[in-house]
Amino acid sequence: MADTPKPDELSKVDHTPPLFKGWMDTPVEIKPGIYCYGSKPKDLKYVDFPNPRDWSPVDDDWKLPENWEEIVHEGFKDRLDRFRSVKLFMDICVRCGACADKCHFFIGSGDPKNMPVLRAELIRSVYRKKFTTGGKLLGRFAGARELDEDVLKEWWYYLYQCTECRRCSLFCPYGIDTAEITIFGRELTNLLGLNTDWVAAPVANCYRTGNHLGIQPHAYKDMLEFFTDEIEDITGLRMDPDYNRKGAEILFITPSGDVFADPGTFTCMGYLMLFYYLKSLGLDITWSTYASEGGNFGFFTSHEMAKRLNAKMYAEAERLGVKWILGGECGHMWRVINQYMDTFNGPPDFLEEPVSPITGTKFENAKATKMTHIIEFTADLIRNNKLKLEPSRNDNLKVTFHDSCNPARGMGILEEPRYVIKNVCNNFYEMPPSTIREQTFCCGGGAGLNAGEDMELRMRGGLPRANAVKYVHEKYGVNMLACICAIDRAVFPDLMQYWVPEVEVTGVHEMVANALVFDGEKERTTNLRGEPLPGMEDEEDV
Amino acid sequence: MNFVLSILFSGFAVVLVVLIPWVGVWAFDLRFFFGVIVPYLAMATFFIGIVVRVIDWGRSPVPFRIPTTAGQEWSFPWIKRNPIDNPKGTGGVIVRMIFEVLLFRSLFRNTSLEYRNADGGLRVNYEWEKWLWLAALVFHWSFLVIFLRHFRFFLEPVPAFVTLLENLDGFLQMGVLPLNGLGIPDVYITDLLLLAAVTYLFLRRLYLPQMRYISLPADYFPLFLILALGLSGVLMRYFIRVDITAVKELAIGLFKFSPKVPEGIGVIFYIHLFIISVLIAYFPFSKLMHFAGVFLSPTRNLSNNNRYVRHVNPWNYPVATHTYEEYEDEFREHMIEVGLPVEKGIEPEAKAEEAEKE
Ligand code: SF4
Ligand code: SF4
Repeated sequence: MADTPKPDELSKVDHTPPLFKGWMDTPVEIKPGIYCYGSKPKDLKYVDFPNPRDWSPVDDDWKLPENWEEIVHEGFKDRLDRFRSVKLFMDICVRCGACADKCHFFIGSGDPKNMPVLRAELIRSVYRKKFTTGGKLLGRFAGARELDEDVLKEWWYYLYQCTECRRCSLFCPYGIDTAEITIFGRELTNLLGLNTDWVAAPVANCYRTGNHLGIQPHAYKDMLEFFTDEIEDITGLRMDPDYNRKGAEILFITPSGDVFADPGTFTCMGYLMLFYYLKSLGLDITWSTYASEGGNFGFFTSHEMAKRLNAKMYAEAERLGVKWILGGECGHMWRVINQYMDTFNGPPDFLEEPVSPITGTKFENAKATKMTHIIEFTADLIRNNKLKLEPSRNDNLKVTFHDSCNPARGMGILEEPRYVIKNVCNNFYEMPPSTIREQTFCCGGGAGLNAGEDMELRMRGGLPRANAVKYVHEKYGVNMLACICAIDRAVFPDLMQYWVPEVEVTGVHEMVANALVFDGEKERTTNLRGEPLPGMEDEEDV
Repeated sequence: MNFVLSILFSGFAVVLVVLIPWVGVWAFDLRFFFGVIVPYLAMATFFIGIVVRVIDWGRSPVPFRIPTTAGQEWSFPWIKRNPIDNPKGTGGVIVRMIFEVLLFRSLFRNTSLEYRNADGGLRVNYEWEKWLWLAALVFHWSFLVIFLRHFRFFLEPVPAFVTLLENLDGFLQMGVLPLNGLGIPDVYITDLLLLAAVTYLFLRRLYLPQMRYISLPADYFPLFLILALGLSGVLMRYFIRVDITAVKELAIGLFKFSPKVPEGIGVIFYIHLFIISVLIAYFPFSKLMHFAGVFLSPTRNLSNNNRYVRHVNPWNYPVATHTYEEYEDEFREHMIEVGLPVEKGIEPEAKAEEAEKE
């Protein structure tokens, strides 16, 4: 693993590309700290993906299939015929540059091929050569070039330096979405067995065990039980959840990342506590060990793989006979649920239109997909005064909120989390407007880039976000970065440690649970992290 | 390929476009060819080309509904939604598209990165930048007005809206009540605006390092062509006068499909006509198709209503999945051990085997 340069070194970024040497004449150089390791053969085999073998991106020989050029050509053509987005986005970019300085990877790295327009041009140039007359005749003068192994490597390197965050698409006058081109480009790389280990392994795990981390059912139960013990220590109440229970009204699905590692675990405890609180009010909910993953690394692989993994949600809902599905806090999970799930695997006629059993609110905006976001669910509870909250328990926190890319630009869930946060804590500060809501900056580790070996890339990609956090930290003393995404919770601790070490990371439901007042609980002295509550610093730990 | 080569290449191409009709008409007197045949061919290429291209785009389906949402979605009545940037139905989409197409809404969002890493530490700002938006808007709208003004050459009698446009456009000359004209003779403001905007768009490509780096000959060529088009028009209108009556005769002839080439039209007119012919013939094969493409862009022209209106993918196909049965078969024993419910108990033989093992 490469050493990551120190922040003041790393932030010396030059955004001026070379003057005379054009990008087509600049061959790719695959740098440690930036790239992710290559996929392992066993993971590709498990899901029947082509060309499983050991390979490394820094090797000269990528052990491509004999006829790889033909495979790419056919794959390209086939996708042009299946996706209007791809075809259109190949043709209509005017290179106005509006998207160029909008990408966090360009801002943090200065690598000109990380400008969204150029990331797309890497592929477009080959498109022109293969599929347009002008490109065939005029070659480079028409911005066209042949696909060879070096170009393929360049594709790969930059396709796996895009987090599919869609910030570029917001600013493009024609809505050209470079994320869409990345998704398409990654599909092509997957035809040749060129996935990364950090994506392929979770995909294989998820296929087999139901979740990215490969947690088997008994272990999954163990882990939640451990949380239940912790909660009992803090509240004096035992909050055992149900698993795989047939006939429950609601199925709850959340990313496995929150079951696995801090600080996501505290959010997971938050869910457990909320559900327990609502039990006496009529909530009838179950967790599943089979559909134990909300996220979908298949989406970072191909549409088909996304569909294969996503299928478990509806399948499990049908098997258990629930009425509707509640989904936890996650970013890309919600992009898939919102924009793909019903189309992939619907219609889920065996489910009913979601209705909150506590407030009676119909979630009309989920009446086809039949899946509601927990932040909507909780916002509705608070709005209807169903939760007894003591926000002062979060008074040690000065909170800012990071809009995750997918809920922001692939859904538009902006107000609900803010509403919930403002009801469960007293100190909330926004980051500058050009870095939040629909203009939000990526955490730097989405779309399967949250590995360890590409730490430098992550620190660079996360620079704009971290910089905005730093701003509110310095201005208002913000010490907590809240988010509604499990990948954020996995990525931000490293990023904050690197750029703004004074700031910690939390899910919104962790703060909800801290503020939630239960009947019959013992006097709480600590929050879910075991830290003393404000005013309890002197209390002895009981 | 670097920017020097790109500019030289496209510049050279445009010089050729100017020289061809010049030599053709001046030396070889090919007036019918340049006055009739070329414009017809160009128009045919333009219309057929656009139709073919749009049909070709349309033939590829939109498998997923993937709008880029740029505001709060529709959720509860007590949460204020953004009906335009995050439309919930066709009405919202239409408004969004109108904003996009007529006012360049997305470009209006543009900011410019200010990245400084000096004594005070790292400073990153996203600053106000509306110049690109302004130039683009001025450019496209001026072009449209100039195009419409040209109807005075094709139509007899001249339609009222053309005269109105001319009057408005010429206010520098005549003044628009209550303002007095500036007394500048005979100048259309859109002529100036168009040339200024095109020049700005070119200089921007040249001056901004990132723009210079991403620009292709295909970016300079249309700019130069339009610049040449504008300049030849301006020359003809303000300096080298041509016989307007003769030009009008030719134009009307073209549009009535009974082309005649009257005597006495200067070469400059044929140059102007050839440039526009090349521009429109080039149109369907180039990035200029963004004008049609923007209407089809799936990140803009779709509602964000996936969760309540099902979107159907025409090529959706069944895929292999790992079923619950397969999952339970693999983990059944463990599940039973920790008390997780299962569909099937352990088969007696399996139990026996198990016992044997122990
Ligand atoms: S903003 Fe759109 S049109 Fe402009 S360069 Fe980027 S992708 Fe191309
Ligand atoms: S989708 Fe995000 S990461 Fe990818 S090019 Fe666009 S701005 Fe950059």
